[in-house]
Amino acid sequence: MARLDLETVATRTRDQELQEGDRAATKMSTSGGLRPATEPSPGISFGEPLFVLRDLSFWYGNKPALADVTMAFPVNRVTALIGPSGCGKSTLLRCLNRMNELIPGVRLTGEVTYHSQDIYASDIDPVEVRRRIGMVFQKPNPFPKSIYDNVAFGARVNGYRGDMDELVERSLKQAALFDEVKDDLRKSGLALSGGQQQRLCIARALAVGPDVILMDEPCSALDPFATLKIEDLIRELVEDFTIIIVTHNMQQAARVSDFTAFMLAGEDGAGRLIEYGPTEKVFTNPEEQRTEDYITGRFG
Amino acid sequence: MQQTLYPGGPGAVHQALRKRPLKRRGEFLIMGMLVLCATVSLVTTGLIIYVLFSESATFFREVSLADFFLETEWQPLFDPVSFGIWELVMGTFNVVFWALVMAVPIGMATAIYLSEYAAPRTRRVLKPVLESLAGVPTVVYAYFAVNVITLQILRPLLGNDLPIFNSLSASIMLAVMVLPTIASMSEDAMASVPRDLREAAYGLGATRLEVAVRVVVPAALSGVMASILLAIARAIGETMIVAIAAGSTPRLTLSPLESIQTMTGYMLQVGLGDAARGTIDYQSLFAVAAMLFLITFAFNVASTMLVNRFREVYE
Repeated sequence: MARLDLETVATRTRDQELQEGDRAATKMSTSGGLRPATEPSPGISFGEPLFVLRDLSFWYGNKPALADVTMAFPVNRVTALIGPSGCGKSTLLRCLNRMNELIPGVRLTGEVTYHSQDIYASDIDPVEVRRRIGMVFQKPNPFPKSIYDNVAFGARVNGYRGDMDELVERSLKQAALFDEVKDDLRKSGLALSGGQQQRLCIARALAVGPDVILMDEPCSALDPFATLKIEDLIRELVEDFTIIIVTHNMQQAARVSDFTAFMLAGEDGAGRLIEYGPTEKVFTNPEEQRTEDYITGRFG
Repeated sequence: MQQTLYPGGPGAVHQALRKRPLKRRGEFLIMGMLVLCATVSLVTTGLIIYVLFSESATFFREVSLADFFLETEWQPLFDPVSFGIWELVMGTFNVVFWALVMAVPIGMATAIYLSEYAAPRTRRVLKPVLESLAGVPTVVYAYFAVNVITLQILRPLLGNDLPIFNSLSASIMLAVMVLPTIASMSEDAMASVPRDLREAAYGLGATRLEVAVRVVVPAALSGVMASILLAIARAIGETMIVAIAAGSTPRLTLSPLESIQTMTGYMLQVGLGDAARGTIDYQSLFAVAAMLFLITFAFNVASTMLVNRFREVYE
């Protein structure tokens, strides 16, 4: 856990840098995190990015799913990936923690770095990658175990030595679920409502101690009220974590995200990054006609 | 104007929608046949149980229940005649226990390998091969147990003091016999655990083994338990292997290195021998069968309760 505390401190400094960066667009070229040659995120300026993707392409068997995606994700910000079904946004998200490898027959080219480390380098263990990059899925998927065991699961498989009760309580509090379940942590996670289950899944991810949480359409199976709660939670969590969220719901992207990336599948079926920028700009004054068409509901 | 489905007016509507007695009669006929078939199997089962207990009742007029349960010797053929069931029960328990000791870990490991580690193509080839093991006639296993396992493996390993008919060889063969049941049914149960749960665990940094042991097996527990219970039921009821390989010496022991006799082994011995109808030997067969039935029945009920209680339900 000491490692993570150090990182939180480092993140804070980067965060301050980032706020300055927002004001001064020129800061980017001097921050050193981005190489001007590849220009991972045109038009966006922020400090050292958490993830940088360079020419990322991805195939399921022979079927291309992503083509030449180059972009960077900022620290302590919510970045939304939007686009119509099949545009590769979930695939892109799953490339960030090597979840895609669980499917046989996939292939990836290009580079994905996390804190400047190439996570697809041959000496990198995908299990270690997933321990540090949390993920929340489309359908709430708590284990058929107690609330307590759900939260403790990740810590246990990671050999956590600290006070488990304290960790479970802290994680549930961070996920804004503790007050609702504190009376009976032995109850099955599946006995909770859909929205509570999803917050349990968030707590479970937080308990492992990641610095980033990937969310794959976390609200698509939830009612509007539960959705609102998750969105509020995302805004709270972004104080301490980097969040990347895939969403079908454009209002949601507009409400929760700081940056928005719009993706679209080409003729070959491979998803490409069409436009990426501060959410406000993408939604109010997009550069690309296709972005505007999608956002205004002309297709998709 | 919109084209009507019923050009003949209201009468045509009635004609189209009314009940058709002939069609219904066909339905009744089919339903009747199905009920008949179901009844035949129910009645047969009922009759078997009736015969079992009525014949046993004749036996217990000669031998008291107290002797049956309190004597420790099963010696129906020589004087002094003695009918203490526990030696046979222990014989069954002996082979089944040692068979499970071998089959459950190997079967679970096989299931975990097939479900979590094997490539889809490997699984497609291996699983049918494994399942075809269940099609080997048990009498083949029985002679294999004596000729190969005992004579060529166990005796060279453990020395010639090992009786030629010993419970270990029977246990090994029983384990081989039930292994496909455990592995295949457990694999089915594990494969039906939603991918969501696996992804959740992988997303938290679990390794393949942790996902298998901490998530997939608990979630598939009811199916896994069911496979083990079915394996136990098959092992308890198995006759040829134990009759041929385990010996015919009733003995109150859990040692795998001795010659023993199981309930089914005794029944086969008596059934094949020249025990005349109406003799005490002949009736003892039904008493042992009733005992076997009660044990299996109690076991089934208990296991159903156990599975319902401990399974981790998803969805």
